[in-house]
Amino acid sequence: MWNFPLVPPTASEEGAAISILYWVITALAVIFGSIVLFGAIYLAVRYRADNNAVDRSNAVDTDMRMELAWTIVPLVLALVMFAWAAKLYADIYAPREGYYEVFVIGKQWMWHCQHPNGVRENNMLTLPAGRLVKVTLISQDVIHAFSIPAFRVKRDAVPGRYNAMYFTPTKPGEYHLFCTEYCGTKHSEMIGKVIVLPEEEFQAWLEKGGRGLATATTSMDGNAAAGGGTLTLAQQGEQTFKALGCNACHLNPNSAVKVPDITKTWGSDIPLADGRTVKGDEAYIRESILNPGAKIHKGYQNLMPPYQGQVSEEQLVQLIAYIKSLADSRTGGN
Amino acid sequence: MSVQEIEKTATLEHTGDGHHHGDGILGEQFETLEQQNNAYLIGMWAFIVQEVLFFGAIFTSYAIYRYKYVLEFTLAHHELNVWFGSLNTFVLLLSSYTMARAVRAAMQNRHKKQAIYLFLTFLLAGEFMLNKYFEYGAKFEHHLFPGGDYSAHEVVKHAKEKGELRIVEENGREFYELGKTRDGQFIAFKRVTPEEFEQRTRLFFGFYFIMTGLHGLHVLVGMIVIAILIGRAWIDHLKNKPIADYMPVEMTGLYWHLVDIVWIFLFPLLYLIGR
Amino acid sequence: MATATYTGTEKPNYLNWKTSVASWLFTYDHKRLGILYLISISIFFFIGALAAMFIRLELTTPKGDLLTSDVYNKMFTTHGVIMIFLFLIPSIPAVFGNFLLPLMIGARDVAFPRLNLLSWYFFITGGILVLIALFRGGIDTGWTFYTPYSSSFAKGEVSLAIVGIFLAGFSSIFTGINFLVTIHKMRAPGMTWFRLPLFVWAMYATSLLQVLGTPVVAITLLLVAVERTFRIGIFDPNLGGDPILFQHLFWFYSHPAVYIMILPAMGVISEVVSAFSKRRVFGYHFVAFSSLAIAIIGFLVWGHHMFSTGQSIYAGIVFSFLTWLVAVPSAIKIFNWMATIWKGRVHWDTPMLYALGFMGLFVIGGLTGLHLAAMATNVHLTDTYFVVAHFHYVMVGGAIMGYLAALHFWWPKMTGRMYPEGWGKLAAMLVFVGFNLTFFPQFILGYMGMPRRYHSYPEEWAVLNVLSTAGSSVLGFGYLLPVIYLTWSLKYGKVVTERNPWGARGLEWELVDPVPDPHNFERTPIVTRPAYDYAHPEEPTGFIPKPRPVVVGDMDG
Repeated sequence: MWNFPLVPPTASEEGAAISILYWVITALAVIFGSIVLFGAIYLAVRYRADNNAVDRSNAVDTDMRMELAWTIVPLVLALVMFAWAAKLYADIYAPREGYYEVFVIGKQWMWHCQHPNGVRENNMLTLPAGRLVKVTLISQDVIHAFSIPAFRVKRDAVPGRYNAMYFTPTKPGEYHLFCTEYCGTKHSEMIGKVIVLPEEEFQAWLEKGGRGLATATTSMDGNAAAGGGTLTLAQQGEQTFKALGCNACHLNPNSAVKVPDITKTWGSDIPLADGRTVKGDEAYIRESILNPGAKIHKGYQNLMPPYQGQVSEEQLVQLIAYIKSLADSRTGGN
Repeated sequence: MSVQEIEKTATLEHTGDGHHHGDGILGEQFETLEQQNNAYLIGMWAFIVQEVLFFGAIFTSYAIYRYKYVLEFTLAHHELNVWFGSLNTFVLLLSSYTMARAVRAAMQNRHKKQAIYLFLTFLLAGEFMLNKYFEYGAKFEHHLFPGGDYSAHEVVKHAKEKGELRIVEENGREFYELGKTRDGQFIAFKRVTPEEFEQRTRLFFGFYFIMTGLHGLHVLVGMIVIAILIGRAWIDHLKNKPIADYMPVEMTGLYWHLVDIVWIFLFPLLYLIGR
Repeated sequence: MATATYTGTEKPNYLNWKTSVASWLFTYDHKRLGILYLISISIFFFIGALAAMFIRLELTTPKGDLLTSDVYNKMFTTHGVIMIFLFLIPSIPAVFGNFLLPLMIGARDVAFPRLNLLSWYFFITGGILVLIALFRGGIDTGWTFYTPYSSSFAKGEVSLAIVGIFLAGFSSIFTGINFLVTIHKMRAPGMTWFRLPLFVWAMYATSLLQVLGTPVVAITLLLVAVERTFRIGIFDPNLGGDPILFQHLFWFYSHPAVYIMILPAMGVISEVVSAFSKRRVFGYHFVAFSSLAIAIIGFLVWGHHMFSTGQSIYAGIVFSFLTWLVAVPSAIKIFNWMATIWKGRVHWDTPMLYALGFMGLFVIGGLTGLHLAAMATNVHLTDTYFVVAHFHYVMVGGAIMGYLAALHFWWPKMTGRMYPEGWGKLAAMLVFVGFNLTFFPQFILGYMGMPRRYHSYPEEWAVLNVLSTAGSSVLGFGYLLPVIYLTWSLKYGKVVTERNPWGARGLEWELVDPVPDPHNFERTPIVTRPAYDYAHPEEPTGFIPKPRPVVVGDMDG
């Protein structure tokens, strides 16, 4: 019973850096806290009313040097800590390259994780050690938050838009996964496990179609997924693409309508009709499927019908993976 | 402070003379009438600043959504009656003028004049509310109140007539194209589903009713206060009271000018932008 | 006459000159209103504390086995809504601000006594509506009402609770307006800004926050109620709205709100440390201006509650920077208080115990705020028990300790009775020990990742949770003691016959009767000395006797 932890495991590179920062701030806090706590008690004891042995002469009530000292020292320390923390945050959360991407959809009250090769997990996320991972998050209903304390990362899953988080798991093992944004009745039960495997084991796991509560053939809603258990996310996306009729206009040489070349969409700079340029990222693709008129490609007319209400978050994730794969295959990479 | 200043500001025993405490004008807690008047003024201004933040927060939210859904909001706002809006603007401005005259009359202790100007202000405010009644009535009739029976039908109809909306069908589904007609040619800026269009125009009317409704509530409260002031002014007139406390009128005047200024912002933001 | 010790109990005071219920319920007297607020917020406090008790009981075991999920969710919502809106926000301003402000500045009452009465009615009405909402099935949105859960998913009496909070907010706004005008316009002759007690400066800064911040949360919550009722898509993405917009609007008030809760307590600490060290507060101007600095910067940091929402990194950097800045004025105050004790003559009475406790606990709370101000660590710690521990350290270890210090310090002036000092000390120590035992383990739990608003958790965190619950029972007992002995003292406590039992400085001690006259002062005081003038013996400042001219510096009455 007395063998209980007082610190979380540190299982990611980012987490290690955050840990250091945390303990430095804690050390500063202990130092200043002790100065105040023990200093105040010491002063209150030393200058007790019935202690006449102390020198109370020259008891000034203002001293500019002291004021400056205890203003400037905390200020300087504050600025240094601020800068360190801000830089570390930017390094971790600004868009990064060379990642293994997982899509996570949160909904009351479970997490649904989708690997690029089609493997799905519910309330579990299996990851390789030693590689940068990107988790793209969205919610289907209320705001949730995806938290992995061992990695020291967390991000809100907001309905209506993607949020991304990046981390590099280092140690194989099993770690807690929590929802940390109150989301209703079963908020406390929206928990799970992150399982980190050494690279080779992870590859083997992927090839075997993964394991876990959900088999690779069922989608989050229990509906049959587009395709079987051996389809990658991109392949599922291709099937969804056809099922929804996207191929009537896109990737169709006989299309009656002039449409943008979606093999070029992913990762490129898209010029818009109103003069702006936007990045062809997940958010752009998702929006352009749901509400194409929001950002019209320059040189094209606003003809694509909106799919808002017609396509689930899961299908969107598949379609995005598919469109990404078109760009990759075009460049021959990945 | 000099001795003279201290003597001027310090009081005699508070039951002594030299005070207006007996007249009922000076509150027990105050030393001089000047202090009381200044206190009321600062208090009123603090209240007004707070009101600005109250309306400011919702104006900001409106601005954010207007930017996000500019086309839908523009089409929806065509349903607002600029004629009524302009009339209301004029009425309120005029009522601010009559209110200012009333304040002046109160300061001069000319109670009959004060009562008359207050009454004119009341009438104008009533006119404003009457216009509101008609405006809102028309909205309800056209199902534009964002309640259970909201329908974007009127918006769609008028937008089509103006060549700013076109209905298209694709794959058995209906879509609205929002844009404008130039030289007989329809240029589409955006395409939305009917549900989206309804949601967003409904949001516009939500803001319309909340903003004008809150404003109207403030007008109503103002009218009640003005009615009380009319009564008191008239009684003061009948009693031939030489000196009465003008501060309530002045404070109400400040409040009324705030109500007017909020409308001055509301009117262009809701009725005019985009025309 | 002015310096003579008051004798006899025949002189009517504000408590006994009229005793009908109506004379209390329709009073314009700021002192009676302070007492009315004292009673009402105490009742709300214990309801909120009851909810906390259920929370801690549930969390004693790792499984969610005491309450159903829904009931537990309602418990923490109840706890937060009541403690913040119905206890902490009014607490020191409505009780002690009301009671003391006119006394401290030499006025007969606040600027707008009738508005003051109206404020209390708004507060009571709002509070009762909230209670009705909570008992008619309750709300489970958390006190933060995040959308779209609160606007589109939550069941229960959300709209009714919102109306209650809206009305209580009016109380806050009107009190703020009243205090601002009172401080500007009702100061006695000679009471210049820099002769004011620092408590008054703290109340001024607090009032600015109340007047400017509350209307924003008022309209925001109103919009949530409108969205619930009319299904208009302001905050729900499924209806075209933006849930993050709600968070911006909500925190624009709710961050300044925490300064509304702490600034008055800091003002109390200035008074208590000074009175029990018998020294002028060190760095008076710095302490005064730091209150204003906290208020102003406090309006600019709200985004530090939203680092993990996906807001832009640049916005986060600005908010983080300003958050680190706002810590500095608080540090300035702490060091100045310590310097006040230096070379003083310290009396270890109960108010001073609470003040020393405040300094220790607030510092821990404030320093752990730095972990949260730092962007990189914030993301790991946000929405965990680290945040829960942080805000309880500042709001309970800070604000409530300040409140209890004030209660004991000004108890003789408010009631004419002295509380039993032994019990006071015991309760203060129990509160200090119980508080630390309750909340310190939560820092550890939070760093390990235990989420907020959970009623079950992994087994390995059981011991720390049990410790926390054990501490909460000590803390609860520590809070019960004052209720008992303070009430006891009303009838059996030592009668206070001198106006200044503590030997403090300030008009409320030097000039006002042991239990204040209904009109506070017989004659308007004229202030000729600085604040906290311990260098000179205790003396009432001059009056103008009627009608002879006065000479500045003439000390005799």
